[in-house]
Parts: sequence; C-alpha cells; structure tokens
Amino acid sequence: MDMQVAKKKLGLKEKYQVMTRDLDWTPTYQKMEDIYPYVQYEGIKIHDWDRWEDPFRLTMDAYWKYQAEKEKKLYAIIDAYAQNNGHLNVTDARYINTVKLFLTGVSPLEYMAHRGFAHVGRAFPGPGPRVACLMQSLDEMRHFQTQVHAISNYNKYYNGFHDFRKWHDRVWYLSVPKSFFDDAITAGPFEFIVAIGFSFEYVLTNLLFVPFVSGAAYNGDMGTMAYGFSAQSDEARHMTLGLEVIKFILEQDPANLPIVQRWIDKWTWRGYRVLTLVAMMMDYMLPKRTMSWKEAWEIYFEENGGALFRDLARYGIRMPKCAETIAFEKDHLSHQAWCTFYNYTAATAFHTWLPNEDEMQWLSAKYPDSFDKYYRPRFDFWREQAAKGNRFYNTTLPMLCQTCQVPLFFTEPGDPTKICYRETDYKGMKYHFCSDHCKEIFEHEPEKYVQAWLPVHQIYQGNCFPEGTDPTAEGFDPLKAVLQWYNIIHGRDNLDFEGSEDQRNFAAWRAQATRNV
Amino acid sequence: MSTVFIALQTNEETRPIIEAIVEDNPHARVNEAPAMVKIDADGRLVVKRSSIEERLGRDFDLQELHINLISLSGNIEEDEDQMILAWKN
Repeated sequence: MDMQVAKKKLGLKEKYQVMTRDLDWTPTYQKMEDIYPYVQYEGIKIHDWDRWEDPFRLTMDAYWKYQAEKEKKLYAIIDAYAQNNGHLNVTDARYINTVKLFLTGVSPLEYMAHRGFAHVGRAFPGPGPRVACLMQSLDEMRHFQTQVHAISNYNKYYNGFHDFRKWHDRVWYLSVPKSFFDDAITAGPFEFIVAIGFSFEYVLTNLLFVPFVSGAAYNGDMGTMAYGFSAQSDEARHMTLGLEVIKFILEQDPANLPIVQRWIDKWTWRGYRVLTLVAMMMDYMLPKRTMSWKEAWEIYFEENGGALFRDLARYGIRMPKCAETIAFEKDHLSHQAWCTFYNYTAATAFHTWLPNEDEMQWLSAKYPDSFDKYYRPRFDFWREQAAKGNRFYNTTLPMLCQTCQVPLFFTEPGDPTKICYRETDYKGMKYHFCSDHCKEIFEHEPEKYVQAWLPVHQIYQGNCFPEGTDPTAEGFDPLKAVLQWYNIIHGRDNLDFEGSEDQRNFAAWRAQATRNV
Repeated sequence: MSTVFIALQTNEETRPIIEAIVEDNPHARVNEAPAMVKIDADGRLVVKRSSIEERLGRDFDLQELHINLISLSGNIEEDEDQMILAWKN
C-alpha cells in the first residue's frame, strides 16, 4: 500500500519559479529569431530575460482561484441591481450619459487590450513576462465582457446603447480612443507594453477608473461600481507589470534609455488626450461630483506621477515633456471639451445640457482662475439663446488633429482665448495638429500617421453615407445621411437631454416606483 | 519625501485589513471616499499577514488582497509574510 507522504508546501518564490521558469525550454531545432521575430527591430536590447521578476509572483493556479472569486461577487451584484430596478436609483437621468460614453469609448479598448497583451505575450522570449501578459490578456477580455453584460441592463431602458461596437468604429469622437489603441497595437511589442502597460496603466489609469467608479458610487449606480471595482482589482497588477517592464528594460542596457524616454513622452501625451473625455465627464456629466478633473490630475499625476518619475530618475528617465502643457490645460480642458460637445450634440450618441446654477457655482469654486472669466459667460449666452428658441447645433465639421483625432478646440499654451493650430508638410500634403506634441509625434513617424482614418475627411470624401446615397441629389442633408450610417436615431439618441425620451421615461418610471399608480 | 498609497474597496473583508495597515504604519493617512479607502504614507507602507490574521481569526494569504484592491503606487516587494510599497528616493 502506498503511504501518503505530506509534501512540504512550496514557498511563494519557489512556486513562482516552478510555474514560470520551469515551464520554459530552449528550442533545439528552430532558431530563436524565427520563433520570436519581433523582439529585435525596435532596437531594445535584452541580455537576460531571467532577470524579470513579478513582485506579486502570481501563478496561474492562484490567478484562476482569485479571478473566479471576483466574478462570483460581481455577478451577484449585477443580478441584484437588475432585479431591484437599480437604474431608477441613480441621481438623475443625465448620469446615464456617462455610462453611454464609457461603453462606446472605453469598453472596446478593453477588448483591444486583450488582443494586444496576447500578442506581446507571444512575442517575448522570457517566460516571466509571457505569463504576466497572458494574465493581463485574460483580465482585459474579462473587463470587456463584464462591462457589456452589466451595461446591457441599461440598454433595456435607455437610448444610446444599442450599437456601441459599430459606433466605436465609425463615430467621430470615438475615433479618438479607437485610434489611440490602434496606434498602440500596431507598434512593436516593447513599444506596446511601454505605451499601455506603463504610460496608460501606471501613469494614467487611476484617472480613468478611480474617478469614474467613485463617481458611479456617488451617483447610485451600483452596477457600474461593481464592474468598475472588479476591473480595478486587476489594475493594481497591471500597473505593477507596467512598472516592472520599464525597470527591466532600463536595467538591461543603457542604449534602451533614449528609446524608452521617447515612448514615455509620446504615450503620456497620447493617453492624456484620450482622457479629455474623462475630464468632461467628471466636471459636467456626473450630477453628483466626486472631485474635479483638476484635483484628480493633481493627486494622481502631479503627486503620484511626480514620485514615480523621481524614482525612475536613477535610470536617467525624466518627467514626460508634455507635463508642462498639461499643467496649463488643467484649468481649461473639461470646459473646452464640454462646450464643443454641447455644440456638436446633433452628431453624438448621448445627450448634453447646460450646467445649472448650482453646478456653475461648483465649477467656479473648483476653477477660480478660469471658469467665471472664460466659460460661465458662454453658458449664460447659450442659455439665453436657447430660451429665445435659438438653440444652435453646429453642423459644420471641425478640423481634426492628424495624430490624436480630437477636433482642434484646444487653446494656445498661455492664451485660453486663441485656438491652437499647428501644421506640417509631408510629401506635398499638409497635415494639421492640435498641439506641438501631436505634431512632433507625427514628424517622428509620418508614414504611420498619414494613414489615419479621420472621420471628418472620410465624411467629406463620401465614405460615411449609407450605400446608394446620392450626395448630389437636391436637398441632400449630409448630417442626416451620416447619422443613418452610424445608426444613431436623430431626435432620440442625440440632441439636448432636456426634452429627451430618456428624461421623460426616467421621470415616469421613477414616479411609478414611488407611488401606487 | 514621495508618497506611496494603497486603495481598497470599503467592505467587510477589507475592514480588518485596513485596521491592520493603520496599526502597522503609524505615519499613514486614511482618506475615505465613496466606497473606497485610500491610505497614503510617506516613503514606505507595509502590509503584514500576521496583523491581518490576528484580526480575522483565520489564516490569510496576502494574495487575497487582490480581490479588493483598487490601486497602489510604489515599488512592490512581497513574500509570504508581508508586502512593502516603497519609493527608492
């Protein structure tokens, strides 16, 4: 009879060794460069992949166990939220527009992150980063799926959710987040992991998830809070991977420093431009505010990012160059973005509104140097015009930045009354930019960015109308045709919140929930 | 000195963890936000398994932290007994 001998349990470090390094082998009948064809061409030099260490030492067995627990918790809450008609407990129906923006702008990026990390995990010869990238790839797929599941509950009741995946590919403002991620996954594996793992996850992701999820909690949206926190519980690991990547690459060879610094400069700026949508959400779209964009920037970028870059100074890394521009813009970003969306809301899949008096007081207090001087007068004027029946919806298409694809509405550093325009010539064509940083990114890799799919250009070229449309027909309405191609229903999904079907339905259902009618 | 932080969801599972962190790091500052707690500390923050186990009255694996973790900053050093967050400056 066999005797059961109690084996000593492996320690964390031994287990990590066994479940990563010991799963690897050295090929004998294929060349390493044939198996890993993408690790050389970016110029990053790695001498010893075994120097890679995951500080959490998470192995696949523990990963499945904890992820399963997170999923059980999450789905219990999502079910309870749906069963209890939780959507009627949000502060007011304007809030739901933040969820629309998240589903259309952010969730599809989670799916792209899943693909990106699967790709780089395959591309790296080291078993340590391969395992870490595999876990992150699975996390990102989980985030995409749980977000779609959780938000599908809103799609049963409200407009602006029904075709999110198509919108992500087609709608003008969504080309900003889409092109950001397309830019990252079409880079080499090292650039991708610095772009997403470090610049986005470590430096910027707190600004996306923490205010958004905290905002959901503040505004009574338990469903969003649940998937947000569930996703965020993976983010700490992603951030740690991002930081380890930078340290690992820099410790391997001094020649890696200038390449990595350029990527950090580029991707901090690219990521920051995408966060314009978050800034606007925090300051204008949450009926109950948590903190201002400016405060969040100061805590999560200036304070935490400052500590991070002081720590990385030992490798020769400095603060990204764009930090100064961003410091200037923090008083203006959210206001300029919301003003633009208020003007262009005939072509959006969510509603906009003017901030009420309480909200303007909050904005004045949070932005004492800019709100009353530059932005309150605009809202007052627009309110006056709307009251006279002159609500103006801008239907002239704006010029877009070739790099970040944001319409050119940002102002000159140092002068918030003057729009910032930059341009450059390349092979006989003129290209336009929102800033010096976007121009510089283009000039370093023009062959990549000349290929950008710019929504405004595409509309003018006639590529964004339903099949069979005749733009030369009498009375042709280009906006109407574009909305048809988007599958945004005019008068229902777009325009002002005031008077919208969402507003009417929410009011009627909430009344039913509190009275016996 | 640079600040490190750890942010956790506010719930029954994290209550003893937060208490343990506060006791083991007298220099830490606790910031409560809706549904979350962010603990800031100058330079260094330690999370000790034994302190959490004392409060929980059961064995605790430090990797269980991941279930309720929201965010953190600093370089991480973790073994079976403790997790340290620190900046090297």
